[in-house]
Amino acid sequence: MSFTSCLKTKLPTFARRAGIYVGSKPRFFTQTALLRNASVPVYPSLHTLTEEEITIRDTVAKFAQEKILPKVQEMDEKESLDKEILNGLFDQGFMGVETQGKYGGAEGSFMSVILVVEELAKVDPSISVICDVQNTLVNTLFLKYGNDAIKEKYLPQLAANKVGCFCLSEVGAGSDAFSLKTRAEKKDGYYELTGSKMWITNSYEADIFLVFANIDFTQKHRGITCFVVEKDFGVQVAKKESKLGIRASSTCTLNFDGVKVPEENVLGELGKGYKYAIEILNEGRIGISAQMIGLAQGAFDHALPYTLEREQFGQHVGEFQGMQFQFAQIATDIEAARLLTYNAARLKQEGKNFVMEAAMAKLFSSRVAENAASKAIEFMGGVGFTRDYPVEKYYRDAKIGSIYEGTSNIQLQTIAKLIVNKYKS
Amino acid sequence: MSKLRILVGMVAKFLRLGCKRVIDFAVKIRVNQSKTGVETAGIKHSMNPFDEIAVEEAVKLKEKLKDRVSEVIAVSFGPQKVQEVLRTALAMGADRAVHVDVKDDNAATNLQPLAVAKLFKAVVEKEQSNLVILGKQAIDDDASQTGQMLAGLLNWPQATFASKVEIEGDNVKVTREVDGGMETISTKLPVVVTADLRLNEPRFATLPNIMKAKKKPLKVLTPQELNIDISPRLETLSVTEPPVRVGGTKVASVDELIKKLKEVGVL
Repeated sequence: MSFTSCLKTKLPTFARRAGIYVGSKPRFFTQTALLRNASVPVYPSLHTLTEEEITIRDTVAKFAQEKILPKVQEMDEKESLDKEILNGLFDQGFMGVETQGKYGGAEGSFMSVILVVEELAKVDPSISVICDVQNTLVNTLFLKYGNDAIKEKYLPQLAANKVGCFCLSEVGAGSDAFSLKTRAEKKDGYYELTGSKMWITNSYEADIFLVFANIDFTQKHRGITCFVVEKDFGVQVAKKESKLGIRASSTCTLNFDGVKVPEENVLGELGKGYKYAIEILNEGRIGISAQMIGLAQGAFDHALPYTLEREQFGQHVGEFQGMQFQFAQIATDIEAARLLTYNAARLKQEGKNFVMEAAMAKLFSSRVAENAASKAIEFMGGVGFTRDYPVEKYYRDAKIGSIYEGTSNIQLQTIAKLIVNKYKS
Repeated sequence: MSKLRILVGMVAKFLRLGCKRVIDFAVKIRVNQSKTGVETAGIKHSMNPFDEIAVEEAVKLKEKLKDRVSEVIAVSFGPQKVQEVLRTALAMGADRAVHVDVKDDNAATNLQPLAVAKLFKAVVEKEQSNLVILGKQAIDDDASQTGQMLAGLLNWPQATFASKVEIEGDNVKVTREVDGGMETISTKLPVVVTADLRLNEPRFATLPNIMKAKKKPLKVLTPQELNIDISPRLETLSVTEPPVRVGGTKVASVDELIKKLKEVGVL
């Protein structure tokens, strides 16, 4: 009996139970019913989130719309972070998403962090990166490598009201991070840090600095050690960069002039700092990817409704097929980037290797974001180019995506190495 | 001075596809194909805004009166999906949640305010609450009936459209927003209060609280268990969109205005 004739006659029980209706249109049926094999597992799509993750995402979206949106333009123009918003981020628990409850955190999943970063980026990528650095770089370093004493001391502060920052880059050490020159001299019971860090996100507001310095240059990169430095120890915040985009996020040069750091403030093991840095940046990559997809979506969400109101040549510009083809392309790109991001996050949660996927996600998402923001301005035409409308900001903010936390070229190199290795062996 | 057992209710929703929670206020709604209600499939839903205010007030009372409040219990009626709004209430600070499961299979289970009030009464008696806070009305049906009916069924005093609630001992002082202005009434526990817009500004649930909410108890009951007949007494005949507004014209002077009004026959 053919399938179609089966539908037109009275259906056997299994089909009825599966919800196939007799009628003109065949309906969608479950794989299990067809195969009569209930043991075939069905894994959820990357659109599926836990109940908490959905609630978290919706709460962040609401907070961003009500509290952050009104101040976005002002913060961008003043190149400064509004104090109330920073306090809001802490009060809502956005700055300690994965941190354990005993340290004042939310004990959320890594996926929750990604969702928080994405939702914030839809409204303001600057705020998003502040939150991203705190969660994926600073908190994670403490959570993974700190001993109990350090965790107990600093994690609660980072969850409650202290901003942290990740100090690796220097004027002469960007992609070639391990050629850093900041030195740490061992003294009696403490280390003396001398040197200068550059391009440090969050540094203007930060009280806690995770500084990578070399204790023994003869060991080359195997001398790099991570130190927990408090502002009071003597950190000097020098030049604040004036940037093209993410202007509300502070990016400063830091000077360390014989800053004394007690021995117990060495994070993890001596000489292992380089390793920690690489591992952490792999995770941070997924965070930046989340920021970029949020940015792309935010720009798109602003531009599309406008095209359905603006009329030219007797119809809404968004109704022209040419425009709609472009919408479809951008939407496809964003979905692909989102899936790369979410999957990398899930791989990490599973404990599987995610280095390549994270690099791919960041590489792709930053490109998608740049393109989406650029197109968003085009969709809005002349008004998109003015500062009165928010899309031009997304365009400026997007550029940093292909630069920080590993330039696109570095991502390509990372991916290529792993792929070639696969084929070699 | 008795301990307060506060029950916070999600006012019943106009169930078409059994969505206990309401369509999000920001969504643009459309009348459905069969003209019996509003299209609800695939539309974003959230807690009725007035219920959010009610939850916030209950949590605030708990924070203010501390040990005097023994428990804040959030209640909602409807199908499984209703648990989403209950979790939000737990994340905002409620201690426990009660879900009265009403299947949304057919129009017969269209939960109307009277049915909700009866179910509510059953829950109130089961939980031995002495203070019930509801939203003044739901934004889907705008009925504004459940609170009042509940008070009637329980034979409790009611303080509706509350914009301020003060509790001292067993005395409850409520400032109400009425058409003529503000009215302050004084009553005693137990009492039913319905929340109006200016009662407070609901907090955002913080992330730690959202995560803790899943550990808080959520009990599921059925109307059968509570022995309540929830069949509807009202039948919706039809639902249509309001007529499209026809544009007016601008007039250049008062004389022209008078002329136009005379033309139309108003003057």
